[in-house]
Amino acid sequence: MRWLLPRPLLSATVFLLWAVITNAASLALLLLGGLLAIAVPRLTLPFWPDPPRLVRPWRAVRLFAVFAADIVTANWRVARQVVGPLYRLSPALIEVPLDLRDPFLATLLGSIVSLTPGTVAIDVDRQRWVLLVHALDAPDPQALVREIKDRYELPLKEIFAC
Amino acid sequence: MSTATESAVAVLILLGALFVLLGSIGLARLPDFLTRLHGPTKATTLGVGAMLLASAIFFSSGTNEGISLHELAILFFLFITAPVTAHLLAKAALHRQTGTQQSDSGTPVRGRDGEKLPHPDKTS
Amino acid sequence: MLNAAIEIAFVLIGTALALNLYRLLRGPDTTDRILALDTLGINAIALIVLFGIRTASSAYFEVALLLALMGFIGTVALCKFLLRGDIIE
Repeated sequence: MRWLLPRPLLSATVFLLWAVITNAASLALLLLGGLLAIAVPRLTLPFWPDPPRLVRPWRAVRLFAVFAADIVTANWRVARQVVGPLYRLSPALIEVPLDLRDPFLATLLGSIVSLTPGTVAIDVDRQRWVLLVHALDAPDPQALVREIKDRYELPLKEIFAC
Repeated sequence: MSTATESAVAVLILLGALFVLLGSIGLARLPDFLTRLHGPTKATTLGVGAMLLASAIFFSSGTNEGISLHELAILFFLFITAPVTAHLLAKAALHRQTGTQQSDSGTPVRGRDGEKLPHPDKTS
Repeated sequence: MLNAAIEIAFVLIGTALALNLYRLLRGPDTTDRILALDTLGINAIALIVLFGIRTASSAYFEVALLLALMGFIGTVALCKFLLRGDIIE
């Protein structure tokens, strides 16, 4: 099993993506997708860094729900800010000190931060483990740092053993 | 197609178009590059996402060809690439603003607010 | 009702494209222009998807997918060039 599927998550992603692109039209296409899901991770194995271990997958569902809700509600807030008067905005570059120590998780956190409106992750300093974030409107940078850490970083650390 | 699905598709299309427009308003209106980055990476992605969902519902409820899922592939792809694009653009912008010439020695450059920024490609 | 919504959406996205074009021409920096081009590409995807719904034809799906892929690769290449003065080292 480990030989056949060295990266189960990657295999699942490849298979799902294939099924979605081909509209899951026929059994033959699904079988081909299954073959791809076995072949692609095996062939690209040398290129992948060691992923962190997934320990609490069910927490990922909750994180995803929070994330999806945040995208919609906070987009509305940013929409109002963009149309409203600009002098009220206080943009800022903020450094968020990270507790996690894994490049993959840092990337994931950066992507989440970039997609939730009001903040864009610019860079991760892997010497000091600091996430550089640009906020569109942050009158209180410390509150934003706390929010990012509690809302996204903590669940990520719980989902993956880290 | 039933009235319920039709109105769902219509609402999703209108919401999507509205957010696409808001993203572009942000792009045109906000004062400097890093703030401009916020509009297109998020509002536009969400807008196109809503539109793709509308398309998936529309073609799934059509008469002949069964369900239509392939819009979800574009949706997935857009949501993965938007943060990468934003990250690279912000890095490039900060790199240009510092005015320092690129050197391969890995000397840290200074950010806009006097912060220390890592060398653009020396993150590993 | 659906047709009216599609017409309105065409107008909204058209306005968005015009705003992107303004930013593309105005600049002021190269990164602004790249961002405008990237947004232009994503808005074009929206336009194509909308056109697909309007004509009730799923033939436009591949165009949208390719545009998404190529737009991303182009933006990454341009950013890489700005950062390093080189695309493939």
